[in-house]
Amino acid sequence: MTTKPVISCRNVWKIFGAHPERYLAQMAEGKSFDQIREDGYIAGVKDVSLDVSKGEMLVIMGLSGSGKSTLVRCFSRLHEITGGSIEVDGQDIMSLTEKELIELRRNKMGMVFQSFGLLPHRTVLENVAFPLEMRGQDKHERRARALEVVKLVGLEGREDYFPRELSGGQQQRVGIARSLAIEPDIWFLDEPFSALDPLIRREMQDEFLRLQALLGKTIVFITHDFDEALRLADRIAIMKDGAVEQCDTPDQIVLRPATEYVRKFTEDIDKARVVHARVLATAETIGEGDPVDAKATVQDLARLLVQDTRDVIPVAKDGTVIGGMNRTEALEILLENG
Amino acid sequence: MAETTAQPELRTGQTLTRPRGALILVGVAIVLMLLQYAGLLPAALFRVPEAVVPNFAGWLDAIFNFVKDDLGLLKLTRFLTEILQAFLDTTANLLFGKRRWPSIGPIPWTAIAAVAGVIGYYLGGWTMALLAAGTFVWTALIGQWKIAMETMSVLVVAAPSAFLIGLGLGILAWRKPWVDAALKPILSVLQTLPFFTYLLPAVIFFKVGPTAGAVATTIYAIPPMILMTTLGLKKVSPEVVEAGNMSGCTRRQLLFHVYLPSARTEILVGVNQVIMLCLAMVVLTAFIGMPGLGAKLLAMMGSFKLGRSFEIGITIVLLAVMLDRMSKAWVVKQPEHFEKGTPWWKRHLTLCLAAGAFVFFVLVAQIIPEAGQLGRTQNFSMGKELDNLIKGFLDIGAVKATTGFLRAFVNVQILIPFRNFLLSIPTPALILLVAAFALWLGGRKQAIYATLFFSLVALSGWWDRSVITLYSVLSAVAIAMLLGLPIGIVAARTEKWSKRILLVCDTAQTFPSFVYLIPAIMLFGITDIAVIFSILIFAMVPLIRYTIEGLRTVPEEMTEAADMAGATRMQKLWKVQLPLALPTMAVGFNQAIMFAFFMVIIAAFIGTQDLGQELQRTLAGTDLGKNFVLGICVALMALTFDLTILKWANDQKKLLGLD
Repeated sequence: MTTKPVISCRNVWKIFGAHPERYLAQMAEGKSFDQIREDGYIAGVKDVSLDVSKGEMLVIMGLSGSGKSTLVRCFSRLHEITGGSIEVDGQDIMSLTEKELIELRRNKMGMVFQSFGLLPHRTVLENVAFPLEMRGQDKHERRARALEVVKLVGLEGREDYFPRELSGGQQQRVGIARSLAIEPDIWFLDEPFSALDPLIRREMQDEFLRLQALLGKTIVFITHDFDEALRLADRIAIMKDGAVEQCDTPDQIVLRPATEYVRKFTEDIDKARVVHARVLATAETIGEGDPVDAKATVQDLARLLVQDTRDVIPVAKDGTVIGGMNRTEALEILLENG
Repeated sequence: MAETTAQPELRTGQTLTRPRGALILVGVAIVLMLLQYAGLLPAALFRVPEAVVPNFAGWLDAIFNFVKDDLGLLKLTRFLTEILQAFLDTTANLLFGKRRWPSIGPIPWTAIAAVAGVIGYYLGGWTMALLAAGTFVWTALIGQWKIAMETMSVLVVAAPSAFLIGLGLGILAWRKPWVDAALKPILSVLQTLPFFTYLLPAVIFFKVGPTAGAVATTIYAIPPMILMTTLGLKKVSPEVVEAGNMSGCTRRQLLFHVYLPSARTEILVGVNQVIMLCLAMVVLTAFIGMPGLGAKLLAMMGSFKLGRSFEIGITIVLLAVMLDRMSKAWVVKQPEHFEKGTPWWKRHLTLCLAAGAFVFFVLVAQIIPEAGQLGRTQNFSMGKELDNLIKGFLDIGAVKATTGFLRAFVNVQILIPFRNFLLSIPTPALILLVAAFALWLGGRKQAIYATLFFSLVALSGWWDRSVITLYSVLSAVAIAMLLGLPIGIVAARTEKWSKRILLVCDTAQTFPSFVYLIPAIMLFGITDIAVIFSILIFAMVPLIRYTIEGLRTVPEEMTEAADMAGATRMQKLWKVQLPLALPTMAVGFNQAIMFAFFMVIIAAFIGTQDLGQELQRTLAGTDLGKNFVLGICVALMALTFDLTILKWANDQKKLLGLD
């Protein structure tokens, strides 16, 4: 993942209040969230710098009010940022005119919302075709494309239903289909499954993974559910009070929390299910005998770790050994359950 | 957060608390009154001397004349009149065959009734179909088709105009904060301005008759449409808007494809209110010579033909109920999908049926003329018989004794003394009393407004008439409370009765105010007490309604907590339910006062000595300045109560943590 980032943001600030620009300009360095609040302003996003690479799935995590939704709305310029810069495909989105911004959204971005954001007066098909209609595609073309996406999300036969006639899960499928209709490069999902009950949520996550395997989009996914984040993420960014506390792979976040807050956040996580063999492998000693797969989690290797007698177990990625895993270290992770 | 913490400070922090300040004002007022009764008060302090009264009317007249002639507004309005006239002529031709373009009317009454039935069926099933068709059949059979259609021909022009203008202004106010800021005070004054004040400008600028009627009706119905539009647009879920933005909507697309359709419910509620206000107003335009149901009713009541008045009243009420039910059914009507392969005619069943029924009855009317138009004598009006029946009823000993007693006792023992008492209070003393009331309930700002507003009334030179208006309003609302509150409290006890009474109130509220005069005149003839009675029943509706709503919406945990604390029913009512329901009930009380101010002006028709009477007199001439001064007097008094009571209700709600 060393390609040029699709989204790149540097020192992004989003402050809410009476005169945010003026306030930010004269604000002293290093003010905390609470200090800013005492001045009558709310720091929705606080000095965030992040990159999202092509094809990557970045999950932004945090409790409600931590600024994750605000941040993602800055990426799509639904919010105007107060300071810093955001580039999408190398282009500074803050310098775009209204027309250019509309073009960008019409061709490159799709977004899924927590409470679906469907238009109540339009049928499933009309909702899905909405972005196509907005960019002026002709009726038959957009109908054909909409039917295709509706089929992709498994809502065939419901094209003529109205949103209120559908269940929550089905409504979100419409939301997903709509966001995919224009074949976006970048896909924003703002807590898409939070409004759904747990069983449906699981099903929708599977569905989402299937779609992602099929389409391979660049994704920014917001959730407050750590399990969901772990299931889906390439990288996780944990936010608190508008700032990103840590942005790293799930393994690193549970193994090496950057701050006290992140440590507390990950405390209850069953680390053995998150940490992969490849992360534990070091090149110093490779060890002997049969290697284990780099993509296996410590949990997967539990039996082997307990029964094996080697000190160092080789780890292989696609058949080639990339290093050795210290068995005691792995056992530690397996046994220290939060 | 900041507000809630500031609240208690405000209450305790001041050395001069509000109740104490109010008491001081009352004290001063009493001193003034005592001085007056002792004959010590100089005449200049009793009433504002004639010489001091500024010539508001003259000034207003000058302004109007400037705008009208020098700025050329009259030319513009006369031009608009032409356009409006063309529309009205068209609808008049279609509905009752006025000899104008397109000269194809009148549409057979059977065709209109049938189409109404089909629309009714689409919106609300068989009962609605029956109501819709039945209303028109009744109107035709009772022999009021032509006058009803005269009324409708104005309504079908005024309501869409009010809708479009209101929608446009509503969108503008929602987009541009300065428009909103400018419109808000205008709207609140417009809503308290007595309807007579709408009429005279309409006549001067838009000629007598249907055009003026249509303009007055349109203007009268615009405010709620503006309010509902901005409300609806503000309520659109931010996610839906963001979804629109992310779909690449331009601003225009966002408004037409996202905002307006999503605000459908509120906009349709606005449509319902527009239709109802239009109907109420179009009936009242009888006062400026607009022919139709209102004019006929006015004439019939004037000549004391109660039977015919009663029949017209029923027609108006039926029209009102039908229009209200249909437009409300439209609000809740949700789109439903058709299965794949549904044929075209099935997808557009209503349209096909309506068109079919229309064509069918037009053809029938060619063969059977009665299906097209009923002749003069071919109706089933029972006017005379009803007249006798009503007179017979009123002649029954017991009824006569009751109304006679009420007339004599209430009038002589209570109403007249109260009126004389109010009139005996020196002007500054009464202003102080009102200010004290505003200070006690609202606060300092409200007290200042009250003083300012009532001082303006005093300076208008119409003080005595204003006081009489106030007297009618206060006594009617007081009696309405005595009757309405117990009814509300009792009804609120059970779900079943709450629903029933609320339905009655909802229905009664749709009646154009004019019809409330009918029972009043029937029972009490043309007397002061008939005025009070008509105001009283009109004002009772919101009182009962909000009492029930206030009591029913008390959170269940609280009544359960009271039950578990061993409260008796009475204790529960007094200690828990009423205190919590009071803010809501205050809103009802406020509305009752507003309704009363509205009705008292209409009741001037019966013959009162208040502002309404003078207002009605101005309609005959071109005395625009005086008309406005009188109207503004009513509006200022109404606004004083409105500001004070609503402030109190909101404060109280905040304090109780409701809302």
